[in-house]
Amino acid sequence: MAYRGHKINPQRFEKSQLKIIAMILPIVFVMGLPIVFIFCHAFKPMEELFAYPPQFFVYNPTFENFTKLFKASRTAGIPMSRYAFNSILITASVVAASLLLTTMAAFALSKLRFKGKGMLMQINQTALMFVSVAVMIPRYLTVNVLGLTDTYLAHILPLVALPVALFLVKQFVDQVPDSLIEAAYIDGASDWHVYVRIIVPMIKPAIATAAILVFQQVWGNMETSNYYVNDEGLKTLTFYMNTLANANNTVAGQGMAAAAALIMFVPNLVLFIILQNNVMNTMAHSGIK
Amino acid sequence: MKGRNKISKREQGNKNGYLFLGPYYFIFFIFIIIPVVIAIGLSFTNFNAIEFPGFTGFLNYINLLTNDEIFMQYVLPNTVKYALIVGVGGYVLSFLVAWALSNLTKPIRTVFALILYSPSMTGAVAMTVLWKIMFTGDQTGYLNSWLMNLGVITEPVIWLVNVDYLLPIVIFIGLWSSMGVGFLAILAGILNTDESLYEAAAIDGVKSRFQEMILITIPSMKPQMLFAAVMSIVGAFQGGMISTMLAGNPTPGYAAQLMVNHVEDYGFIRYEMGYAAAISVALLGIIQIFSIVSTRLFGERD
Repeated sequence: MAYRGHKINPQRFEKSQLKIIAMILPIVFVMGLPIVFIFCHAFKPMEELFAYPPQFFVYNPTFENFTKLFKASRTAGIPMSRYAFNSILITASVVAASLLLTTMAAFALSKLRFKGKGMLMQINQTALMFVSVAVMIPRYLTVNVLGLTDTYLAHILPLVALPVALFLVKQFVDQVPDSLIEAAYIDGASDWHVYVRIIVPMIKPAIATAAILVFQQVWGNMETSNYYVNDEGLKTLTFYMNTLANANNTVAGQGMAAAAALIMFVPNLVLFIILQNNVMNTMAHSGIK
Repeated sequence: MKGRNKISKREQGNKNGYLFLGPYYFIFFIFIIIPVVIAIGLSFTNFNAIEFPGFTGFLNYINLLTNDEIFMQYVLPNTVKYALIVGVGGYVLSFLVAWALSNLTKPIRTVFALILYSPSMTGAVAMTVLWKIMFTGDQTGYLNSWLMNLGVITEPVIWLVNVDYLLPIVIFIGLWSSMGVGFLAILAGILNTDESLYEAAAIDGVKSRFQEMILITIPSMKPQMLFAAVMSIVGAFQGGMISTMLAGNPTPGYAAQLMVNHVEDYGFIRYEMGYAAAISVALLGIIQIFSIVSTRLFGERD
């Protein structure tokens, strides 16, 4: 039989797919097992954490590590709730600010016409390759000169502009048909109205994707706590958890570190699972032409 | 295109454009563009965070190329190895896996894609805990215990201070966490290729899935390939975090010292910020070169 061209995204399961599953299953295992381990380790009781030979899976799951983690933080100078509060406040502010600014900019870049637009878009596209760790020092100097050191703004402002987010949202706004916008203008809508009533509701998948990307940047960020903030009371949960994770050489510490690792990882995972359809939808328009 | 004309008239020279763009670009310039400009400026000085910087011309760059043995002997080769394996290798792997996934039904594909994507979400804290435990240097370490069980080694290996193993370990972890946004973009790209192209190609004599991949799939999703390439490049050069997290900075014997670690070493440990700036400018330059190469490969010429 002649080759017929295969089917992308098949609707039904066929035997030929088994071969493909067999091929990628090993990769899926290698990638997935460490994730399974993060979950298992956090719930291991003391004797399983230090069992010899070491055990990969958990047999008698317990919340011991989590209760220890919360107790330990109570005796510390600054309660964990303070770090958690900081992290939540900072993450929420950055995500909200970023989504507002990014969608507004994307609307302008995609649908409005004005001088310098092409250049501004090109600059943002070049900045996709921005490696923030490479310019840590000048960023630190900038934060310092602006007088932001030891304020919440030092955590928030440097992370608001995320070039990848603007790029993806802009690509998505391009898909909104001009005829819709035009009709609104004929009815006398202002640019702001078009943005709020038409653009924002139509690009929800891209907004969800941008939200995930920004969230991941902020939630796991340690640069701001390490370099821009000296006041312990203003540092984030990530910073605190990382201190724990690095001090896990003590016997009691390892369980707490494992619990901390899980607490930091789960929000990312849950958010992605909830929004994954939106992400795939956005990525379909992610191409750079 | 009557409609287009109307919309463009309405918006020609629309001052509101600047109002909508302003807030984003204001922050973008302050925290992304200006730091890069400052880095370029500082790279021509001997700034040490205490005294006022003095202009030294190209001295930092000359020193980087001719005087910095650690850079030439360890940092540069390590960075090249890491970038090739994690950047290029991870990219090819992402493509092949995404291509395989596109042949599966949606439920299976979604579960697999989630598993493959999740390592890139783990973040510093979970990574530190996970991999430090895996590579613990005595017999209680997971890897040591498994290898001893299998009889591969007889004595536990102290993985994270061993100069022979440190870089391979960092590369492995880099690869493990490399299937991020770029991978999703490739997957979405493949899923959106036009199916009639495949049918036409089969009639025109395409004989195998491999031919189909090279002749149809890749050319019809070049924009996604380019986006993913850019994401891979950034990921590959940002990888320094893994080294520091596992083995501190500087890494033992500079075995896993990458360019970002070198920047951090000079900037925040030795306070030779002018020199550190020169290294970061060199790094940004290298990234730019890679991106030009990928644009040549996948860019669509008008």
